[in-house]
Amino acid sequence: MQIHSPEFKQRATAALVDPGLQKALGRAKQGFQVKRAAAVAALPEFEALREIGREIKNHTLANLDFYLEEFAGRVEKAGGHVHWCSTADEARAAVLKICQAAGARTVTKGKSMISEELGVNEHLEKHGITPVETDLGEYILQIRDEGPSHIIAPAFHLNREDWEETFRRVHTDLPADRVFHERRDIMAEARTRLREKFLAADVGITGANFLIAETGSSVIVTNEGNGDLTQTLPRVHIALASIEKMVPTLEDATSLLRLLARSATGQDFSVYTTFSTGTRREAELDGPQEYHVVLLDGGRSNMLGTEYQDMLRCIRCAACMNHCPVYGAVGGHSYGWVYPGPMGAVLTPTLIGVEKAGHLPNASTFCGRCESVCPVKIPLPKMMRHWRDREFERHLSPATTRSALGLWAWLAQRPELYRAATGLAMGAIRLMGRKRGSFKSLPLAGGWTAGRDLPVPQGGSFMAQYAKSKRR
Amino acid sequence: MSREAILEGIRRGLRRGPLPVDQQDMLRTRMARPPRHLIPARSRIPHAEQIALFMRNLEKEFATVQRLADANDIPGAVAEYLASQNLPPAFAMAPHPELQALPWDSRPMLRPEARRGAPTDQASLTHGFAGIAETGTLMLPSTPTRPTTLNLLPDTAMVLLRTSRIVGAYEEAWDLLRAENQDGRTAGFMPRNVMLVTGPSRSADIEQTLELGAHGPRRLHVFLLDDAG
Repeated sequence: MQIHSPEFKQRATAALVDPGLQKALGRAKQGFQVKRAAAVAALPEFEALREIGREIKNHTLANLDFYLEEFAGRVEKAGGHVHWCSTADEARAAVLKICQAAGARTVTKGKSMISEELGVNEHLEKHGITPVETDLGEYILQIRDEGPSHIIAPAFHLNREDWEETFRRVHTDLPADRVFHERRDIMAEARTRLREKFLAADVGITGANFLIAETGSSVIVTNEGNGDLTQTLPRVHIALASIEKMVPTLEDATSLLRLLARSATGQDFSVYTTFSTGTRREAELDGPQEYHVVLLDGGRSNMLGTEYQDMLRCIRCAACMNHCPVYGAVGGHSYGWVYPGPMGAVLTPTLIGVEKAGHLPNASTFCGRCESVCPVKIPLPKMMRHWRDREFERHLSPATTRSALGLWAWLAQRPELYRAATGLAMGAIRLMGRKRGSFKSLPLAGGWTAGRDLPVPQGGSFMAQYAKSKRR
Repeated sequence: MSREAILEGIRRGLRRGPLPVDQQDMLRTRMARPPRHLIPARSRIPHAEQIALFMRNLEKEFATVQRLADANDIPGAVAEYLASQNLPPAFAMAPHPELQALPWDSRPMLRPEARRGAPTDQASLTHGFAGIAETGTLMLPSTPTRPTTLNLLPDTAMVLLRTSRIVGAYEEAWDLLRAENQDGRTAGFMPRNVMLVTGPSRSADIEQTLELGAHGPRRLHVFLLDDAG
């Protein structure tokens, strides 16, 4: 996927004044937050499960090499193949090679963020193979030539009008004056379209929510059933997965599954949780003849042993972005690549470089809601802070920020001077704003006052008040 | 070889070489006898209550359920259900011995066809391997007598499940699969495909508003046959 993360500020600015997008983003509270809260409240053990989820993932990461080899051995035994790919290039090439060997003309696809990361669709098209996205949200995005704006609800940024307009524009064989009474009429139209595609496809590509070492299985979690049709009907099934999707056993996967749907959509369990293990067995009436797991490192192994290792616990539930005030204001496309929101702000710099994605970890209020809802307790704000440190160390932050921070640090190391200087400045500001109560603009604070007024400071400084209360 | 490069990269990050043999053995034991994690209290209840919880959760997830005392009543119940949904009496049926042994002749109008699913199927009847009370979830493994396509392609999916096959938690359903299923190819228990199905197909991709019947069945109807004492 093309990288637009360096343009975060421009994109966010445009997003804030996009009425359609703002309307769509307004649905986060009822659509996600309320539902999650209800599902969590109905399961008293949820907090204990979060801790278990954290431990399962930590255990797996500490033994990742071992479990990957065990997994691969069992996939081969079940008649499948594992393609180990260090880089996105290798993974793209592996997918293309499998499709070409199968003589594929069309390929159906279940929703996969790894596929977005790799740009599988563009690569297949370039080589004359037609990819068809079958997840309802991904289907409309493919038509509109847009990327997903959310990791579990890819078309989160669209409104019903957009759906109707898009379908009228491309499904031209249907009467132009047809009426979509309900949202389900829109969905039914896509269902009919895609039925034909499922049957015609030579290869089906899905992602994977988990890989299980014990059984050599890949697991997908969906509500629509498109992923299941994608992996069941064509002759060849390819599962795309990054190495951190690994878990040791069915029991481990089951515990994480208790967290996943509740954190994501607020469901107790998704409609279809499906475990695929190898190819069609003797005497079976359906199932693929070939089963491939394209296993991507793509920068993950570099995160092990660093301050970003905890990020590899992520199970891609999207709770962090569903509860993020920044994501909720600017939407997923502002982040400029595959992964938006707090998890994207941590992951994107590790995968594409902090020099391109440095804005992302800065786009946070550090309110900490992301960490508090994370089902595997990833310390997201702490890791964003690490990125800010890195950025500063590597002289990537803007010169004004650097010199201001330098001046502040110099002052802060001289407490007497610091108190005198801040006291003087506060006094001056108070004097200037005595009548108005707030400032519409202030020298050196244009970044603040452009968006809101700055209130005039009230009372003494913290140190002055502290000294006063101590005396009492 | 990328395999070696990836494994080397992981070991470099973890600051160690390949795991020592004794540690590998420990992890293999963990896989052979998987430790059971916390199981929520909601399903740790007497079996009769698990059946009731299963039924409540099925309905919460927009499935329908009908309890029957006698297997001989199933053809009649299928006929009536299909008629109530304005569906034709022909339907695709899993070639499962227990389904094929039912007295279909008692309802000569019904036309069960034992086969895999087809794209134009309006209804199917399959055999449930287990029911999980915790969330009203059906475990549907794939075998020659349980084709996966029947769970996916028809508009209306009907499932026969015995009450003795209802368990509390997912883990207990895995236990049943481990104990009862043999996969000839891998000498393990895991079939090619296991679906955990919780209600009919749905999507909330349009404005985060739930609609039923996305790509899979629009309706899920469970015939629950009482065989647990």
